[in-house]
Amino acid sequence: MAHILLRHRDIENIKKLDVYRQHGGYEALKKALTMTPAEVTNVVKASGLRGRGGAGFPTGLKWTFIPKGAQEVYVTINSDESEMGTFKDRELLEYNPHQVIEGALICAYAVGAKRIYNYMRGEFMDAGYAFEEAVQECYAAGLLGENILGSDFSCDMAPYYGAGAYICGEETALLNSLMGELGQPWSKPPFPAIEGLYHKPTVVNNTETLANVPAIISNGADWYKSMGTEKSTGPKIVCLSGHVNKPGNYEVIMGLTYRELIYDEQYGGGIPGGKKFKAMLPSGGSGPVVKEDALDAPITYEGLDKFGSVMGSASVVIMDETTDMVWMAMKCVHFFKHESCGKCTPCREGTYWMDQLLHKIYHGHGTAEDLRVLKSVAGQIGGRTLCALGDFAINPVLSTIRHFPEEYEAKVKGNSPLNGNR
Amino acid sequence: MTFTEKYAAEIEGIIARFPHKKSAVLPLMHLAQHYYGYMSDDAMREVAAILDLDPTHILSLAGFYTLYYEEPVGKYVLEICNDLACALRGADQFVEMACNKLEVGVDETTADGLFTIKTVMCLAACDRAPMLQCNLKFEEHLDEAKFDALLARLREQAAAETIETSVVEKITAYAKSGNQVSVIGNR
Ligand SMILES: Cc1cc2nc3c(=O)[nH]c(=O)nc-3n(C[C@H](O)[C@H](O)[C@H](O)COP(=O)(O)O)c2cc1C
Ligand code: SF4
Ligand code: FES
Repeated sequence: MAHILLRHRDIENIKKLDVYRQHGGYEALKKALTMTPAEVTNVVKASGLRGRGGAGFPTGLKWTFIPKGAQEVYVTINSDESEMGTFKDRELLEYNPHQVIEGALICAYAVGAKRIYNYMRGEFMDAGYAFEEAVQECYAAGLLGENILGSDFSCDMAPYYGAGAYICGEETALLNSLMGELGQPWSKPPFPAIEGLYHKPTVVNNTETLANVPAIISNGADWYKSMGTEKSTGPKIVCLSGHVNKPGNYEVIMGLTYRELIYDEQYGGGIPGGKKFKAMLPSGGSGPVVKEDALDAPITYEGLDKFGSVMGSASVVIMDETTDMVWMAMKCVHFFKHESCGKCTPCREGTYWMDQLLHKIYHGHGTAEDLRVLKSVAGQIGGRTLCALGDFAINPVLSTIRHFPEEYEAKVKGNSPLNGNR
Repeated sequence: MTFTEKYAAEIEGIIARFPHKKSAVLPLMHLAQHYYGYMSDDAMREVAAILDLDPTHILSLAGFYTLYYEEPVGKYVLEICNDLACALRGADQFVEMACNKLEVGVDETTADGLFTIKTVMCLAACDRAPMLQCNLKFEEHLDEAKFDALLARLREQAAAETIETSVVEKITAYAKSGNQVSVIGNR
């Protein structure tokens, strides 16, 4: 089936404006400009599109929160993409940037924004270059700037590069960063839709979310809703990594099962060396780990509910039978300790202590008491932090303790057969 | 020449992108670091002066964001991702191999001032592990042979450029001024 998002895999050089336009590019924007902003928002709302940045918030609904008639409104594309195991926005920006730009422009028209910033992580040099080229092409062709396509709609767009901080993917931290401050979240409310960039109403949407918008406007909400499930409509890019034969991005219609994703030849093609599956992180380092019993769950926002996990931004990390789960939890916690912005004590101190304890346990110096303290520290972080990073940090710990208690016990008894990933 | 003089046009262009010039601070710090090699006192003072900010604000930003180097680094900074998804495909072993080959530890610079090795969190290229970024440019699907080839290519490139304002001098000057020198390493 032809791709809806990763269209560069079907059409060579679609990153060039002329090629993109030959294949229907910017027709959706043209169509949107003949509609009222409210009509555009309603189509997106009716399509069931939900945020692809992890939280799954309904996109059209988010746009309606922007106060009517606000004078200064901003749209910010969230291309910070720093969750471990996630690499979809980079591919979109590098190979199909115009689709992201077109989606962002339609969003800007719908909410009355005159300026769009694309906040990319600072490491996105090649992707950023491709995106900047596309922006230049748009200015030259009258698709950005004053009176776009001869309409009354005017809008500017600029790239922005972060500087290495996972927390800047959190929307309020992102906005603080964009305002030249430390990238630390603020306590919501105020929500960005009311008080965002420069204290003005702001839409923050993920790169992939916006890449869905042109096709929705062109083909209609019913077409979009015909794909996926009732609560999870449309296509989703899944980032598959770890112990699989063919890691990479795969565009799937939501509802495909994790087992199909891992084993089908057109996707992951199974586990290297014919080894057995052991565990999967379905949402990078930030969601709970699941075991084999979850493999027949569909890839949807609701699919992993009964297995105590989440789809998140669909960064699926596969681990085979040789993987040490204590080591895995230690790697994840190390990430969160490094990335905690330090604003609230439970997260800043808690991730530090979890990191210390996991190192001790992993290296065989831990005791049963350390294990008890580890659980207690995790319990004290949960639900007590300003942003979700604190909750993310305890997920790999508590879920590995729940699913693989014997591995922790073997470590503290000094008879673990596993040793990291060697 | 200061970076403010050299990049006057670029600086003006960046500031014009925002309704409030404070937003230009991260981009200007990227540019200053590109010019000075790291966030030197001069780099921070100049950015602060351009944007009418307190230099301590620049200092705290440099500490918060990992892409800004607070100490001088080698001409080529090899940042190897050894986060979980890459580690499942051999990244930790790759780091060890790279350190042994260059005879440095992580966060250290080779004695010739050419290479600094760092380990970093996920770079959004997990499907191409092991991977690294060399001065932000991604090098993917690596193994020892490809790493050797990369080093050879960089050495050749450096020789052709006859390393301007030698990185080694920069690092030594930094050390002489009484700073800690974890950057010069040979373990
Ligand atoms: C710690 C943390 C990191 C996040 N990182 C990202 C990210 O890299 N990219 C992203 O789009 N959303 C990220 N989010 C979610 C954003 O806060 C926000 O929900 C999202 O950008 C909204 O866009 P969407 O509705 O289109 O998904 C993160 C959230 C948290 C708490
Ligand atoms: S939970 Fe952690 S990352 Fe989030 S605001 Fe608090 S300290 Fe910062
Ligand atoms: S874990 Fe290394 S690039 Fe993602």
